[in-house]
Amino acid sequence: MIEFKNVSLTYPNGHQGLKNINLKLNEGEFVVIVGMSGAGKSTLIRSINRMVTPTEGELLLGGENILKFKEKQLRKLRTEAGMIFQNYNLVKRMSVLRNVMAGRLGHTGTLRSMLGLFPQEDLQMAMDNLERVGIKEKAYVRADQLSGGQQQRVSIARVLTQQPKVILADEPVASLDPPTSHKVMKDLKRVSREDNLTTLVNLHFIDMAQEYADRIVGLRDGEIVFDGPIDKVTDKTFEEIYGRPIKEEDLLGGDES
Amino acid sequence: MEKQENNQPTEQKKYPLTPKGVKWYIGSVIAVVIGLYFLAAYQTEAFPDRVIDGLPIIFLFAVDDLWPPNWSYLPRVAMALLETWNMALFSTTLAALVALPVSFIASSNINRNPLFYQGVRNFLNLLRTIPEIILAVLFVALVGIGAVSGILALFVFSIGILAKLISETIEAIDPGPVEAVRASGGNVFQVITFGIMPQILPQFASYTLYVLEINVKASVVLGFVGAGGIGIILRQQLNTFNYANVATIILVTFVAISIIDLISNRVRERLE
Amino acid sequence: MSEKPKVSLRMAMTKKQKTYFYIIMFILSALYINAFFTTSFSVSGSAASPLETLRRIFIVPITNMDYIVQFPVYIGYMLETIAIAYAGVAVATILAIPVAFLAARNISHRFSYIGKSILNAIRAIPELIFAIIFVAAVGIGPYAGVLAISINSIGMLGKLYAEVIESIDKSNIDAIKASGGNRIQAMWYGVLPQVLPEFSSYSIYRFEIDVRASTVLGIVGAGGIGAPLILATYQRNWEDVGMILIVVVVFVSIIDLISGKIRKKLV
Repeated sequence: MIEFKNVSLTYPNGHQGLKNINLKLNEGEFVVIVGMSGAGKSTLIRSINRMVTPTEGELLLGGENILKFKEKQLRKLRTEAGMIFQNYNLVKRMSVLRNVMAGRLGHTGTLRSMLGLFPQEDLQMAMDNLERVGIKEKAYVRADQLSGGQQQRVSIARVLTQQPKVILADEPVASLDPPTSHKVMKDLKRVSREDNLTTLVNLHFIDMAQEYADRIVGLRDGEIVFDGPIDKVTDKTFEEIYGRPIKEEDLLGGDES
Repeated sequence: MEKQENNQPTEQKKYPLTPKGVKWYIGSVIAVVIGLYFLAAYQTEAFPDRVIDGLPIIFLFAVDDLWPPNWSYLPRVAMALLETWNMALFSTTLAALVALPVSFIASSNINRNPLFYQGVRNFLNLLRTIPEIILAVLFVALVGIGAVSGILALFVFSIGILAKLISETIEAIDPGPVEAVRASGGNVFQVITFGIMPQILPQFASYTLYVLEINVKASVVLGFVGAGGIGIILRQQLNTFNYANVATIILVTFVAISIIDLISNRVRERLE
Repeated sequence: MSEKPKVSLRMAMTKKQKTYFYIIMFILSALYINAFFTTSFSVSGSAASPLETLRRIFIVPITNMDYIVQFPVYIGYMLETIAIAYAGVAVATILAIPVAFLAARNISHRFSYIGKSILNAIRAIPELIFAIIFVAAVGIGPYAGVLAISINSIGMLGKLYAEVIESIDKSNIDAIKASGGNRIQAMWYGVLPQVLPEFSSYSIYRFEIDVRASTVLGIVGAGGIGAPLILATYQRNWEDVGMILIVVVVFVSIIDLISGKIRKKLV
């Protein structure tokens, strides 16, 4: 459902973020993108909701080239592609429920949203999604009173409330400790399975990638150097992607418990 | 994409975006704030429309009556301005010398006697509630008209501000060096000179300059009650409605304060 | 081995540091010497002894019934003073917001210096000067005081607000944009909840300052408790000065206490 056709991105300073990417992602796939920092993982993911804009090629979503989208289509696209950030990006002073409802803004009229007049069924959906990630009882608590793992669950609920077709997760567990990382990844995988959402996750820990991915895409210097289902992946694959032997720091450790 | 339809409970619970209690609370706070504003606007006859109406009148007054300033009055203004500056300089210097020891006994991490500490704190708070104009009146009553009463008024006024700012800095210092000096057998004065002073010196200098800025502005007022400085001639010229001279005073004061603020800000930026 | 070189506690200054040091020392001593020679340190004292004056200011107003019954008059003046400060800071809060956005580097970029210069200029003018201009323009009364307080407060509030805006966490805006929200929604849900508590806190802090500032305004006819104060000073009614002092100290203390509590809750 997502297709990259010869996509490249050159920054104004001449640096090439993406080099001739060709990639086809199928509906409901849970794809993990691996690579060292600076390999272009973030750029790849952010191209899909046009937080960055590739300079060449075509990026098709549902048959349409999103690189041609203007303001209005762009907002529509972004309601369909939910994004989870490394630092949660919650408004710390607002309640959890309000933060979740922020995911609904693209579906709500400007004036209505400013007055806080969200439809009751949207609020219901927000509550249900909070329940799915196990923090319904925190709905009216201020976001900054939650732990990191809970905050990332709020942002998962925010993305679900957006009713997306695609979830883009940019290093979702990089700020969390190992046990919490596993819990959050499990939640993410479970909800994306349940709703049959195409999910792209950037990770730099290879053991995590191996544990949760259906398919792994390896990036190095903005180029795809590996693409294959999880059962074809071995430690040697990662050494190829990273272009060096695997080190301790590439592993998260702290197995699921 | 039907996802949660089937596991929905039979009776739907309503979820508000904000709980009712919070809504009432916020609503009443807003009502009180606006209510107080109308009360204040009523008492001062300054409803928003009158405020907006007033702005062009003020502009016209500035153009018609204040402009042009009387430049031949400049030497007299310069003399008065010099006195104002001297008052600010002396009072700030004295206040810095006195406020430093005072702020040590006003810091909870130095002064471990809670009763004494609270007493000093309360006294400083009390000092800061007295507007500089009332202090000036008091000192004019005691030592008579002239620059000395102005210096004393600003001195007392500055101690309150300076001691509070410095003591807050002292309370926020890194306790590590203090403990190190204490652990190697240093007494209170050694703790202060080796553990604390190096940490607070930049802020101390910065706050002193800040208070100097405040004092220059405050000393404009003092002349109105006879405590010296540029306020004396400002009052004279206002009473005789000599607006050309008033304009000269205002302009020169503005330029002088701008220059002092500018220099002081530059120095303070480098200190931090 | 010959004798060891002397070790000094301080590192030796470089030539440049030495020059700086001497220049600063020279300027400072010039300032002080000049100040000593151009200030007249004459002390005249009043006709009455200082002790008698102190007694009239601090003791008589709270022991003599004739004066105690006059307190409500000055409380009335003080309430007017507080009203001036409140109305002034309310207007200033509204007007300072657009100026602050103009002065914030991350919003106005190259144009932020325009906003910053306006704010610096306002802060270089003492409130009494504003009061003088406004009384001359719109006449005697608290209305001129409100105008003076509001313009004067914009200088400080605008600067503080701009600093708040400059320290905004932009990640929230990204999150809302990434979920399809438009620019207004990003402002309303991403920026406003961040800045509103701090804006309110600064406005309340400025209100504390403005209550003190408003006590001065009356001496040029801009309303409030300054008017009876200047009158009492000219007539040497020290008892009245004492009463005004007590009223001001009590009310300012109460306001500081309440607003300090509110500000602690806000942040």
